[in-house]
Amino acid sequence: MSDAIMNEASPQQGKWWIGLFLAIAVLVAIRASIGEGMGRAYVQTDSTSYSSATGDDGRVMWTAVADGTAGSVTIERVLFASAGEYRAAEAATPGQQAIRISWDRTLGLWLAAFFTLAIFSFLMGDNPAYKFTESIVIGVSAGYWMVVGFWAMLVPKLVAQLAPSMVKAWCMPNLDVSAFNPVALIPLGLGIMLLSQLTPLGRHIGRWPLAFVIGTFAGLKMISHVESDIIEQARATMIPLVAFGDDGSFAPWDSVRNILIVGGVLCTLAYFVFSVEHKGAVGRAARVGVWFLMITFGSAFGFTVMGRIALLAARFEFLFIDWLWLIDPKGQRMVATVSAIAGSCSAILNAI
Amino acid sequence: MSGTLDRRWIYLGMMLAVALPILWNGVTGKTFPESPTPPSQACFDAIEALPEGSRVLMSFDYDPASEGELSPMATSLMRHLMHKRLKPVVIALWPLGPTKAEETIANVIKGDFPDRVSGKDFVNLGFQTGGEGVLKVIGTDFRKQFPLDRSGTPVDRLPIMEGITKVGDFPLVITISAGYPGGKEWVQYVSSANPGLVLLAGVTGVQASQIYSYYPGQLRGMLAAIKGAAEYEALVSAAIDGDRVTPPLYTEARRRMAPQLFGHLLLIALIIIGNAVYFSQRGRKAVAQ
Repeated sequence: MSDAIMNEASPQQGKWWIGLFLAIAVLVAIRASIGEGMGRAYVQTDSTSYSSATGDDGRVMWTAVADGTAGSVTIERVLFASAGEYRAAEAATPGQQAIRISWDRTLGLWLAAFFTLAIFSFLMGDNPAYKFTESIVIGVSAGYWMVVGFWAMLVPKLVAQLAPSMVKAWCMPNLDVSAFNPVALIPLGLGIMLLSQLTPLGRHIGRWPLAFVIGTFAGLKMISHVESDIIEQARATMIPLVAFGDDGSFAPWDSVRNILIVGGVLCTLAYFVFSVEHKGAVGRAARVGVWFLMITFGSAFGFTVMGRIALLAARFEFLFIDWLWLIDPKGQRMVATVSAIAGSCSAILNAI
Repeated sequence: MSGTLDRRWIYLGMMLAVALPILWNGVTGKTFPESPTPPSQACFDAIEALPEGSRVLMSFDYDPASEGELSPMATSLMRHLMHKRLKPVVIALWPLGPTKAEETIANVIKGDFPDRVSGKDFVNLGFQTGGEGVLKVIGTDFRKQFPLDRSGTPVDRLPIMEGITKVGDFPLVITISAGYPGGKEWVQYVSSANPGLVLLAGVTGVQASQIYSYYPGQLRGMLAAIKGAAEYEALVSAAIDGDRVTPPLYTEARRRMAPQLFGHLLLIALIIIGNAVYFSQRGRKAVAQ
């Protein structure tokens, strides 16, 4: 039944989805009309003045100075403020503008809530809201990575090495102009060769930089793996089976732990020895090894569940705290709807 | 049975198991007590053992996708470092790591330790691309990879960076890691190459089972997922707040432990019920045949 709902679209389903989203919209509208409302973002402006000085090495140094200092530049930054801070500021000075509502950040908050619910909606089945959100996530991620690649890789690691004066004047005022590095021509050449993979005739050219990348990576990984994952891990298994404490007394639990570690490693390795038939002692050790493997997989699954529940809890917290303003564990709004309702209910019960 | 149970009931059950404890916590403000496991205690002890003024390299190797698990441990670690008057030098191997670091700095340092000065008591050196390549280089020349801080000031002019030439000059390195590059790469390229260096890792649940094998030899301490974060929060709160009420900023991980409990109970119940149904059906089929 659920597979049918997950995989097939029908006119009835469309109506069902419209009904669901309308129901959510009505619930949100009801929530918005209760108490202090919901889902608003407040900001305050923080301004700092900076003075610049050029050092002997030609580098520009910016220092924070007092407001109004001659030749200083004032940078204004818009910082988040809480609803509680806004309410306190309004109570002190009605109509103040130091802390104000930010409509663009409020829109961002509502979009984040919509996208969260749209992603959750996939649990009920594929739908247009989920597809739209998925496309937004992919598009934003691709765009973000492109910008990061340009500003974190191409500009500082390549262009700044080959044309430092230009980059200094353009976007990196503290760049050392004597930093011209002709070696950067090699990655530039390899990068251009790699792009030839996109052309049908030049694919063989692109194999050279690929070979370079794979070879370098393999070399780096090989050394570190041998050292940290083979030698050090083998060393960690060379432990006494009968352990003694610092005062020389027998430590039974440490001994049990060490026996389990050494026995577990040997039995698990026995399972992966395929050149010997798994019979007799080797077979029994391999079967014990399977148990150790199963416990390891179970532990990994448990950790994964824990991680996923933590992420789910974080999204619910966003919905309940930042968007719906149902609870206020950080004391940012000074009024929490659920506790106010709970307090009213308990007062009524007490009165009865 | 599997043909008649709609899986959406399970989703609904999980939603309630996670959402209701959050609301309960929001109303009552109560959290479950935490007793630290040895890996979390080792993290705490490693920081406690450092003398005042020591510089600590802290790498934010995660992004908003793992914020729910890792931000609480970053917050607690930063609070502990500040309380001990240690000096964090913040870097990131993930492009969105510096943003997470700025958030942590704004919440903890600017909020509760406003007397600390950027460049002298802490610094954010930002992100460098290259993954393990960055770790390999900072092993011998830290400033080659991080020549400027995030605001563009050369590190040569920062008092906090005085005398730091390579990663081995830091007595303690902390990575808060969500995947690649992260905890594993720090062990492979930094811990193994610097035997005297103390490395701590805060990792996501998915990573924890891979990283556990490095503890306690190659990793001095480890915060495993939200549970590790909650334990560490409890340790830091006990050391700093004592009997006073801990500010809500520093109880985030513990607030997420009630949803963990009920989510896990539901999952265990489902596994037991699923197995019971499977074996009873198998038994019935065997009898029928």
